[in-house]
Amino acid sequence: MADTRLAAYRHLLGAQMRSQTQYRASFVADVVGSVLFGVLDVVGVVVVFRVTPALGGFAFAEVFLMTALAGCAFAAADLVVGNIERLRHYVRSGLFDVLLVRPLSSLAQLAAMDVATRRVGRVAFSAVVVVVAAANARVPITPGRLGLLVVTPVAGAMIFGAVFVATATVAFWWIESGEIANGLTYGGLNFAQYPITIYGALFRRLFAYVVGFAFVAYYPALVLLDRPDPLGAPALLGYASPAVGVAVVVAAALMWRAGVRHYRSTGS
Amino acid sequence: MANIVTNTVFGFLRFAIMLAVLDAGGRTVAGYDEPQLATFVWAGQGLIGVVLLWSLPDLAERIRTGDVVIDLLRPIDPVWQQLAADLGRAGYAALTRFVAPIVVGALVFKLYAPRHMLTYALFVCSALLATIVSFGCRFLVNAAAYWLLDARGPNTLWTVAAPILSGLYVPVWFFPDTLAVALVVATPFPSVIQIPLDVLVEHGSATRQLELLGVQAGWVVGILALCRWVQARGERKLVIQGG
Amino acid sequence: MTRVIETRGLRKEFTVRVKAGWLRRRTRVVTAVDGLDLTVDRGEMVGYIGPNGAGKSTTLKMLTGVLYPSAGHVRVCGFEPVRQRTRLARRIGVVFGQRSQLWWDLPLSESFTLLRHVYAVRAADSAARLARCRRLLELDAFLDVPVRQLSLGQRMRAELTAALLHGPEVLFLDEPTIGLDLVSKQAVRAFLAALGAAGDTTIVLTTHDLADIERLCRRLVVIDQGRLVHDGPLDDLHARYGSRRRLVVDLDEPLAVDLALPGVTVESTQANGRRIVYTLDGTITAGQLVSRLTEVAALRDISVLEPAIEDVVARIYTRHSP
Repeated sequence: MADTRLAAYRHLLGAQMRSQTQYRASFVADVVGSVLFGVLDVVGVVVVFRVTPALGGFAFAEVFLMTALAGCAFAAADLVVGNIERLRHYVRSGLFDVLLVRPLSSLAQLAAMDVATRRVGRVAFSAVVVVVAAANARVPITPGRLGLLVVTPVAGAMIFGAVFVATATVAFWWIESGEIANGLTYGGLNFAQYPITIYGALFRRLFAYVVGFAFVAYYPALVLLDRPDPLGAPALLGYASPAVGVAVVVAAALMWRAGVRHYRSTGS
Repeated sequence: MANIVTNTVFGFLRFAIMLAVLDAGGRTVAGYDEPQLATFVWAGQGLIGVVLLWSLPDLAERIRTGDVVIDLLRPIDPVWQQLAADLGRAGYAALTRFVAPIVVGALVFKLYAPRHMLTYALFVCSALLATIVSFGCRFLVNAAAYWLLDARGPNTLWTVAAPILSGLYVPVWFFPDTLAVALVVATPFPSVIQIPLDVLVEHGSATRQLELLGVQAGWVVGILALCRWVQARGERKLVIQGG
Repeated sequence: MTRVIETRGLRKEFTVRVKAGWLRRRTRVVTAVDGLDLTVDRGEMVGYIGPNGAGKSTTLKMLTGVLYPSAGHVRVCGFEPVRQRTRLARRIGVVFGQRSQLWWDLPLSESFTLLRHVYAVRAADSAARLARCRRLLELDAFLDVPVRQLSLGQRMRAELTAALLHGPEVLFLDEPTIGLDLVSKQAVRAFLAALGAAGDTTIVLTTHDLADIERLCRRLVVIDQGRLVHDGPLDDLHARYGSRRRLVVDLDEPLAVDLALPGVTVESTQANGRRIVYTLDGTITAGQLVSRLTEVAALRDISVLEPAIEDVVARIYTRHSP
């Protein structure tokens, strides 16, 4: 039974990708846009360092690596569950019922329903940027470091993905919640792109530890760069990202289930 | 209400970067001192709601489904009609969304207050011009749907490029000089955020302020002309091809 | 197992928050479905009707697992819709009148292929069902057209096909003919009638179009304000609610003397008495009335008007309104 369900999701994905490539001009714009997205991210950091030699005690190469890791994690999360923000539209229009009548998980259906090809482009580009940033920062090429370099964006994607789902889920209770979601999703990206040393204590504690954004790039980068944490946290935290990722994903899944349960008891 | 939370979050995020820059870069950066940057960031967050930097691609959706034909049946030009509606929205936002982030910022940080009374008047002018330019850009992004059927590509491009190129991310004067000037003069982006904020924090000389306003005014004319032209082309396509 | 739908005391209450003044909100409990007992056996064709807001859609949502009941027992195909949603989903098909289950941007054929995978149907089975639907509903003309370009009639035919690809035991239809042109309505009705006649699929249909009911349903369930007000064969409806047949009589000349017969009342006279409409209460046949009339007058033309189902149902709705 599980493999037929996987086959179902696979076909949903394939169909979406085919439908997107049908609009050729828009497809090209998408691809160009996805590259631009990555470029602008890099530009942002470069520009900041044009006017200052260091940020929060970190040099350009180091911050560049953090930005790259955060950007790649975000792009990967956007690829897998980015479509979840459409939940608001589905709930409002009653289309969510159509998903509930099918023998598949509603969350998986929503996620599979719009795998935009441009998002693949963005992930690919951002992965290249990660490699460039790592080389630029002269990260030592050891199996441990390479492993961490690969695992970190994946764990970061889990964290971002969980945040996407959790913030979208609020739509089950409060339909106008769209704007707040941006604060956590894009705000989270912003936060994770820079060393957390630049943020005020309260803010840092909220975003870095409660939601876990510090594990997307900052702590793993410290390990990759062989730098001790100016804030005094143990180096081991750099390896904790996958655990944090799993924890956040579980939390988001529980939130989703609660949301669907609420929807199914109160209607729309 | 939700916007205020988001704007506050981004206010803190952006200002943290500014503080870090000042920390290592010196007392002033690109001609801004700390209070000026504080006003820049917090008033900027308030300004986003007024000029509406990001909006849902409603028009594009209506073009896709064909509902846009209704606009052609009305006796008013669609562009002016939508502009009027947008200005009304901006006016309301000026009262509701603009003030809150500034209040939050003022409570926590030291903001720069304009020294001359004239600045306030110029700022209001500039904000109005910025709203029109922003409207024009959003309109054009949506109107791509006439030809692309799916405006998500251009919309994403705008969503991502606008913050960085308009000065919301960092003031455009952080960019290399020639690039910054090219951005201000040759693209509409800085006219939406950078210029009104520069007017508000009194960045540079008085002549400089007027020059910037002049650029904005130029963009208002230019972008509205472009909107009308695109609308005419779009209408023709709609009428000939039947949507 | 012949019992496909079974509910006992099915109940759904909504808590509605109503603005009472400037900032305060009052909460009010609205009972959408109030103790519904319903049993449907395999192969039945049930019409489920009621005025707007009666609780039809709410009931349907509870039967398909979309909505949790507040109280009561419900089993569909032996499953509990709330806890066994995905397993039930494979055995039922749902056609929402206004919400599409097709993929908007893709050609219709791709939607069918996708659904085949979503429901894990064997290729041979789905191909056979699809072929039959293509023939009966004439889908070939627009099988390759993107769904967003289909007309409403075409889309509804596609939705029917989509709901049947996995061979469901029960087909729920929520206002399937709404907004359709006459030809499309007839095509949909003919198709559903044939499906019902075959006997393997149980059909539950909610509609406001009573012609649907007349054509398709042998059993009618009427719900009003969350309560069942009628549940029985369509034929019994007329008997139970006192529907009357009418006889329209055209005469050469107005009647010289009033015909006072038990069981017959004059509803109206037109054309200066040359046309009389009689209402029969059932104790006297139309034939008897005509015989008596021919004794006293020369009949030019007669026609018998059967009671319209609209009138009956309207009477049911108004009889049970507060």
